Amino acid sequence: MLTRRIIPCLDVKDGRVVKGVQFQSLRDAGDPAEQAAFYDREGADELVYLDISASKEGRRTLLETVRRTADRVFIPLTVGGGISDEGQIGDILAAGADKVSINSAAVRDPALITRAALRFGSQCVVVAIDARADGPGRWRVWTHGGSKPTDLDAVEWARRVQELGAGEILLTSMDEDGRREGYAVALTRAVVAAVSIPVIASGGAGEPRHFVEVLRDAGADAPLAASVFHYRQLRISEVKAELAREGVPVRIEPD
Amino acid sequence: MLVCVVDYGLGNVRSVYNALRLLGYRAEVTSDPARLTRAEILVLPGVGAFDDAMAHLRRRGLLPVIEAAREAGKAVLGICLGMQILYEGSEEGGRERGLGFLPGRVRRLPGTVKVPHMGWNLVEPTGPSPLFPAGEPCYLYFAHSYHAPEEGEVLARVTYGLTFPAAVRRGSIFGVQFHPEKSGRAGLAVLGRLLAYAREVAA
Repeated sequence: MLTRRIIPCLDVKDGRVVKGVQFQSLRDAGDPAEQAAFYDREGADELVYLDISASKEGRRTLLETVRRTADRVFIPLTVGGGISDEGQIGDILAAGADKVSINSAAVRDPALITRAALRFGSQCVVVAIDARADGPGRWRVWTHGGSKPTDLDAVEWARRVQELGAGEILLTSMDEDGRREGYAVALTRAVVAAVSIPVIASGGAGEPRHFVEVLRDAGADAPLAASVFHYRQLRISEVKAELAREGVPVRIEPD
Repeated sequence: MLVCVVDYGLGNVRSVYNALRLLGYRAEVTSDPARLTRAEILVLPGVGAFDDAMAHLRRRGLLPVIEAAREAGKAVLGICLGMQILYEGSEEGGRERGLGFLPGRVRRLPGTVKVPHMGWNLVEPTGPSPLFPAGEPCYLYFAHSYHAPEEGEVLARVTYGLTFPAAVRRGSIFGVQFHPEKSGRAGLAVLGRLLAYAREVAA
């Protein structure tokens, strides 16, 4: 039985962990590799690094951070943020990441998804979609860290990226992100129904029951959360225990 | 004891290398035929697509090197895609033939489940084996869209849409569909046992 994955996300800038609330006001805290090792011990099934460095220097630092993480953490690692070509993807994978997530560049250059999938395999290519409600049952895709609206409908775009070769979708609800009031169940359900690749749901986690909701009610494959884990408001182990109690299949390793 | 990870020139081979080092092996990532010939154990890592991986091995002149390792009874370990190229061919791509060390063809996972098969799935050993001495099921990480045929010596199976081989063996040739280097402590334990056994077989 395939288990549902719990994925902590680390926002990384210039080699350090930060956490934005609603994509703004950053607070610095910690070394990414340390955090990653901690999450691994806590039972994380996978890790995501979202790089928000703006400078070239910051991006070089990111590769070093990925290398240092892969030296000691042996669970899957996805790296996203500012990735715009196959060269960068190759560098990030060679540094020890298993997947990359592409966001704004995929909107600008959809063929990048296909080129990356053919070269590295679909299972390496995650397309990140930042979506915001745009009327009842409709969501618009935003890019550039949620600062620029596009003309794309989120559900249509999800279908399209699958056709182009994406192996997974990382769906973030901009409406729920940072609020800790639960995942965007309707949005997630709509995207899950539109595609046959796995969907990671992001934005809104605050309590263990939110994880149950997005997995059971929305059909997501993996809930992602950043701040609740980062600030230790929730422990991964306690989320997994709650999921197990609710009958959701999760990986719990014997000690 | 030198373990060489065959470099296809793309994807994450660093994690396999790191895992080998952590387990105490002298390891190298290389596509140099001379280095690969010196290795006691060859690892075919799980990155890229079937045709690309085979084409790369052919262009680099590595096919005879891998064949010679097999004939010499050296251990060859294929991980994920590296396992799939051990077979005669695959539905993926379809231009290139596989290494043909194991019988049968690799097929696409059924449309009844989400593809890629992505995440931690329960691996069920067919019985006690050097890889799974207790024969106990464990969770290991998968990321693939194609699966191995139900032929030859199957050491463990996994169920996703259908039940298919998760670990196979033929003489000194081993294949695992999961990523032991990405499956936490459980994965490192399996990899450690596999290498220890491969070393014995090769000796």
